[in-house]
Amino acid sequence: MNRTGPRLGEPASLWRMRIVPLATVLIASALPLMLPLVASSPVLPPLGLLFFLCWQLLRTEMWPVWIGLPLGLWDDLFSGAPIGTAIGLWTIASIAIHYLSQRIYWRGFFHDWAIAALLVAAVQALAALIVHPHAPSGHVLGLVVPQIIISVLLVPLFLRLTGKFDNFRLKRR
Amino acid sequence: MVRPAHRRPGQSRKAQYSLFVAYVIAVTGAVAGLLLALLSVVDPVGFAQLRIASQELAAPVARVTRSVTGSISGIDDNVSAYVKAGTQNRRLRQELADTRRKLVATSSLQEENRQLKALLQLQQIDKAALAHGYLLTSTSTSSKRIALLSIGRKMGVAAGQPVRGADGLIGRVLSAGPSVSQVLLLTDVENVVPVRRARDGLPALSSGRGNGNLDVRTLNIANNPFKPGDILVTSGTGGLYPPNIPVAIVVSRQDDGALARPLADPAKVDAVSVLRPYTPDNIEAAPAPAPAGAP
Repeated sequence: MNRTGPRLGEPASLWRMRIVPLATVLIASALPLMLPLVASSPVLPPLGLLFFLCWQLLRTEMWPVWIGLPLGLWDDLFSGAPIGTAIGLWTIASIAIHYLSQRIYWRGFFHDWAIAALLVAAVQALAALIVHPHAPSGHVLGLVVPQIIISVLLVPLFLRLTGKFDNFRLKRR
Repeated sequence: MVRPAHRRPGQSRKAQYSLFVAYVIAVTGAVAGLLLALLSVVDPVGFAQLRIASQELAAPVARVTRSVTGSISGIDDNVSAYVKAGTQNRRLRQELADTRRKLVATSSLQEENRQLKALLQLQQIDKAALAHGYLLTSTSTSSKRIALLSIGRKMGVAAGQPVRGADGLIGRVLSAGPSVSQVLLLTDVENVVPVRRARDGLPALSSGRGNGNLDVRTLNIANNPFKPGDILVTSGTGGLYPPNIPVAIVVSRQDDGALARPLADPAKVDAVSVLRPYTPDNIEAAPAPAPAGAP
C-alpha cells in the first residue's frame, strides 16, 4: 500500500472545495478598494457580483439560496453603498438564478450570458437608485450605464475564470 | 451545457424542510437588507464601526499597491516630456519671464494689502492645515464617490473637516477611523458646496454630477449669468468650508445654471490637507462678512 501518493478515486479536499468559491467572491469584492485608483465615476465592473453570479450559474446547487446575505454584507462594506443594498439585491439575484435554472432545464452559454447580463444590469441600476434616492433617477441611471455595458461584455471572461477556479477546486490530490 | 439542478427534494421530509427554510431565510434576509439600506440612506454613517474595520483592512494593501504603481503610472508622462522637450523649453522660458513681471506687480499689491489689513486690524483666521495626507484609493464600483485618506483619528482627523489639495477643494471627511478616513469627494451627487464667483462674488450652489463634473446653480433663476471660464471659490456660507478655496471652473452653460469642472483632480493630486471646519468656535474674529444671499 502506497500511503503517500494519491489514491485512485480519492475525492478533492473538502476544505478546498468549500473555500475556493467563497474566497474568489470575497477577494473580488474587496479588490477595488485596494487598488490605487481614485475614480471620478463608477469605472470598474462590480468584480464581486460578477464572480457571485458566475459561480451560481456554473454550480447552482453548490451554495444555499441565502448565501447572498453574508457575501452581500461583505461587498457592502467595501463598495461604499449603504449597508443592506447588496445583501438584499444579491439574494434576490440568487433566488432568480435558482428559479431560472428550473425553468430553463438545459442552460447553454448564451443563456448564462443573458441571465448574468440581466442580473448585473438590474442589481447595479437598483443599487444606484438606492444610493441616491433624492437625485433625478434618469441622471443616476445614466451614471451606471457605461459600467453595466463593460460588465456585460466581461461576463464570458468571468465565466471562463470561474471555470478555471472550479477545475482547481475539484482537482484530485 | 450546465447540468440541470436537482432542486426537487423528493420524498424526504428533511430535505423538503431544509430547502423551505433556506428560501425563508433568503427572502427574510433580502427584505431586511433592503429596509436596512433605505434606513442607512437617512443615516449615512450608520454601521460606522464595521465600515471602519473594513477600511483598515483595505488600507495597508492600498498603500502597497499605490507605492508600486506610483512609479509606473508616470512613465507615459516622462516619455512625452522627452518628445516635446524643445518646444516646451522655449514656451516655458517665455512664461517664466511673463510670470516674473507679474510677480513683481503682485508683491507690491501684497504689501499694500498687508498694510491695509493691518489698518483695519483684521485677524487672519487660522488657515494652517490640521494634518496632511494623501488619497489612497476610492470606491470605484459603486455610484458613491468616496475616497480613502491615508490619515485618521490619530492625526486629529474627524468627521466634517474640509479637505483640499494644492489646486482646490477635494471634499470633506465623512468618517474617521484610527489610521484611515473616508472623504466624500466634491463630485459626489450628495455633496453640495456653497460657492461664489471669484470675479464678482455671485453666490451659487455646486453639486456633484457623479461623473467627475459639477452642476452649478445660481440662486437667482431669472437669468443665467455664467460664462465658460468663470472661476468658482467657496463662499464660507453654511459654515463648513472656509471661504476662498478654489472649487471649479465653468465649462459650459446649461438651461438652469452651468456645468463646471473641479480645479483639483483627486486622481492626480499628490498630497491633500485636512482643514478645520469653518464654524464659529474656529473663527476667533470674523474676518469679513460672508456674502449674503446664499441659503
